[in-house]
Amino acid sequence: MGSKKIVVVGNGMVGHHLVKSLVQTGANCAITVIGEEPRPAYDRVHLSEVFAGREPGELSLVSRETYQQWQVDAHFGDPVSGIDRAAKQVTTRGGHTFAYDKLVLATGSYPFVPAVRGADHKRCMTYRTIDDLGEIKSKAADSRVGTVVGGGLLGLECANALKNLGLQTHVVEFAPDLMGVQLDEGGSRMLRRKVEGLDVTVHTGKNTQRIGPGSGCALRMDFADESHLETDMVVFSAGIRPRDDLARACGLKVGERGGIVIDYRCKTSDTDIFAIGECALFGGRIYGLVAPGYRMAEAVVQQLAGEDGVFSGADMSTRLKLLGVDVGSIGDTHARTPGSIACVFSDERQESYQRLVTTADGKKLLGAVLVGNCEQYDTLLQYHLNGIDLPDEPSSLILPAAGETPTLGMAALPKTATICSCHNVTKGALLTAMDDGCCSFADVKSATAASTGCGGCAAMVKNLVDEELSRRGVVVDRSICEHFPHTRQELYHLASVGEVRSFDAMIAAHGKGMGCDICKPAIASIMASLWNEHVLAKPHVGLQDTNDTFLANMQKDGTYSVVPRIAGGEITPDKLIVLGEVAKKYNLYTKITGGQRIDLFGARVGQLPAIWAELVAAGFETGHAYGKALRTIKSCVGSSWCRYGVQDSVAMAIYLENRYKGLRAPHKLKSAVSGCTRECAEAQSKDFGVIATENGWNLYVCGNGGMKPRHADLFATDLDDETLVRYIDRFLMFYVRTGERLQRTSVWMENLEGGIDYLRAVVIDDKLGIAAQLEAQMAHLVGTYQCEWKAVLEDPAKIRRFRQFVNSDKQDSGVVFVREREQVRPARAEERLHLVESVE
Amino acid sequence: MTALALREWEVVCNAGDLVAGSGVCALVRGIQVAIFYLPQLENPVFALDNHDPIGGANVLSRGIVGDLGGELVIASPLYKQHFNLRTGACVERDDVAVPVYRARLEGDEVLIALPT
Repeated sequence: MGSKKIVVVGNGMVGHHLVKSLVQTGANCAITVIGEEPRPAYDRVHLSEVFAGREPGELSLVSRETYQQWQVDAHFGDPVSGIDRAAKQVTTRGGHTFAYDKLVLATGSYPFVPAVRGADHKRCMTYRTIDDLGEIKSKAADSRVGTVVGGGLLGLECANALKNLGLQTHVVEFAPDLMGVQLDEGGSRMLRRKVEGLDVTVHTGKNTQRIGPGSGCALRMDFADESHLETDMVVFSAGIRPRDDLARACGLKVGERGGIVIDYRCKTSDTDIFAIGECALFGGRIYGLVAPGYRMAEAVVQQLAGEDGVFSGADMSTRLKLLGVDVGSIGDTHARTPGSIACVFSDERQESYQRLVTTADGKKLLGAVLVGNCEQYDTLLQYHLNGIDLPDEPSSLILPAAGETPTLGMAALPKTATICSCHNVTKGALLTAMDDGCCSFADVKSATAASTGCGGCAAMVKNLVDEELSRRGVVVDRSICEHFPHTRQELYHLASVGEVRSFDAMIAAHGKGMGCDICKPAIASIMASLWNEHVLAKPHVGLQDTNDTFLANMQKDGTYSVVPRIAGGEITPDKLIVLGEVAKKYNLYTKITGGQRIDLFGARVGQLPAIWAELVAAGFETGHAYGKALRTIKSCVGSSWCRYGVQDSVAMAIYLENRYKGLRAPHKLKSAVSGCTRECAEAQSKDFGVIATENGWNLYVCGNGGMKPRHADLFATDLDDETLVRYIDRFLMFYVRTGERLQRTSVWMENLEGGIDYLRAVVIDDKLGIAAQLEAQMAHLVGTYQCEWKAVLEDPAKIRRFRQFVNSDKQDSGVVFVREREQVRPARAEERLHLVESVE
Repeated sequence: MTALALREWEVVCNAGDLVAGSGVCALVRGIQVAIFYLPQLENPVFALDNHDPIGGANVLSRGIVGDLGGELVIASPLYKQHFNLRTGACVERDDVAVPVYRARLEGDEVLIALPT
């Protein structure tokens, strides 16, 4: 049997979700995707973030290469122009034809532009695609005032974009209230109050009649009530309309007010054609949110994979941040259910509004509106979706906690309750993950993808994991090892507060036994972070891993590799020659590292001081490649040479590397500085990465390459040099203080309650009031830096430690090299046998 | 335990060559002996073969000394398995052990007795 030909028309978020899910099922089908836009699917929900410094490329959900790997035949920039249902094929505008067995329409929607005279002016535009953003950006460049028509969810999102572009922003809404669909009047009023507090002018009840030339601005909008508004540009964001023209043209059934009619299997009036997402009309309704679109896609995928899949409508509850304001809307917000009653708490000082809509007996939650404070959103949503009985006093859920706010025990939820709506993860799926061995929030998160989308459910998932662990009688022991009943973070605080300066003092005061290879290096690292004494100073000598003891990296045969610091990857020809000469003299295997340095392999322990004496004499310093410490700060060549560079990335990388070199941390630290947005230094895969902008630097944090890659988060934008360094100082010291042993910044951040927002609050807003301390401690470490190798070479007692044998000048006969590609490498077992025999 | 025939005790180095809380390596009749020094103990010197049978390299003297469940151990710097300082047994693997040598500190001298 040949594989089924599936053609998907449209490559928006929902169309892509269908393709991805279908590929994951491994069903035997040949998939063709045809997208109108010139690029593969991207995240439309977060479009406005591009104006807050996010790169358009970061919104991408998939690459052409990935589609290739999945063997999906993808065509972009050539929209489908017709469907021939009899021949079962589609034709594109460019004249290509594709035959299908099953066709999926995911054509989405287009922005509704009201019939207003002058709306076709070139300074009037819409807000829907990445191309629209380019258009808005270019018009904004010579505008002072910008106006959004539409005060709904999309309109406010768009107002945020204009505000980020630095425009004086107005919102014009036809209806009397903002977000009238999702909020009740009171919630809407509070939202307006908050939005106006952010310098966005709101005009409601305004019916735009015509747009013409203005006197003070480029345009003038005239309203039906004879008032007017001058503006330099207008963006229409007044709702969406389904794109059903293809369906209409081929005779599929469409709704009276548009939308391709589908049944509960997402089938159109032609059983071989499905429609999903915003182009589809289900039960007389268009679902204008991404999550229901995903559910439709999944229902279709199940059917294509030969199973039963149905879409039975979706909850339209939503929680979002509009212009920085938290807004939540659940179920029947307007109390339209017969007999329903409402309970409202409104606090104008705190600018928070909360409304519950319940059944007459107050037992069940029908709906809720939250503005300014969404803390209870997840809990309320669970009450609503699962029909759980409310507490006796439902108002206690929204009143400020005079006593305890009743918390919804996770045990009360059915297994089918969706906890993470972004990834549709149920309570049952989370429990299964725990059955399979996950026993921490981080484990569960990575196994199920729960709370990796918007992150709104993080607190709930964490509660569930904690409750479940204690229910299962699992005591989570986070002790670092059997000698200390403490985490690394606790040990750090104990050492800091008690000014403990040695391992012996530490174990006497807070531990038991003699210590081990876990706690000794961990405490040595804490001592280094706190007091910065030489790692080979007497009290610390037996504590270090061999790499720290011998200030080099042990390789499989017991020899070491040597990595001098080459800050920013910049090196003079003379120094390069020295490296070559030293390598040649000591017969070291030479390799360029990923961190823009040079690694010299095959040094015997006894050779290390001599090698370093030559390197130090030539001006090299230790590279700390052996330590849980700052490794390298990569850079691209930047504005001094590159045609595209906008800042001197090399100079910044060298400055930062020299500032943080030697900093001991819970794990190694890597960084990079790129001189422009092309990002040649790959800064977004680093613990902290810096990317130049026209106005300064963007700082990214908590990225990682390696085994578990993680894209760094944009932390702050357009920083000047001084602020950049200040933020990095605070960020690094906060990590050093609170990270667990061998926890990279990426995992550390994912385990911080509140994640990146919390980190910003600590580092940027100084929420904990410790910023000055963190900076002072960094200043101390920077001020007390010493090149560990230079210090060793100045101290004969320390050099003695590097003897191969304490009683002989012989070499380790176990180290045997062979030559390969004109350099040495350790002999393999069979080669070694042969060589040793031939010698003996 | 089978009593092994022992050579005479021989002086291999001085106390000053040892590193408190850590190890050094001595070459005794062609055998690499890792010597660990824990001055807080009554018998403070321990000797094991320097060869890590799992990593396949002569590195044990460069590991970290500690105790696990009350037993003194050395952790290999290569793959971190632990070997009992008194018996040579590997904590992680039953089928592996390291030769243990008799060792003592006498005044300023470190003495080792190798098997014949």
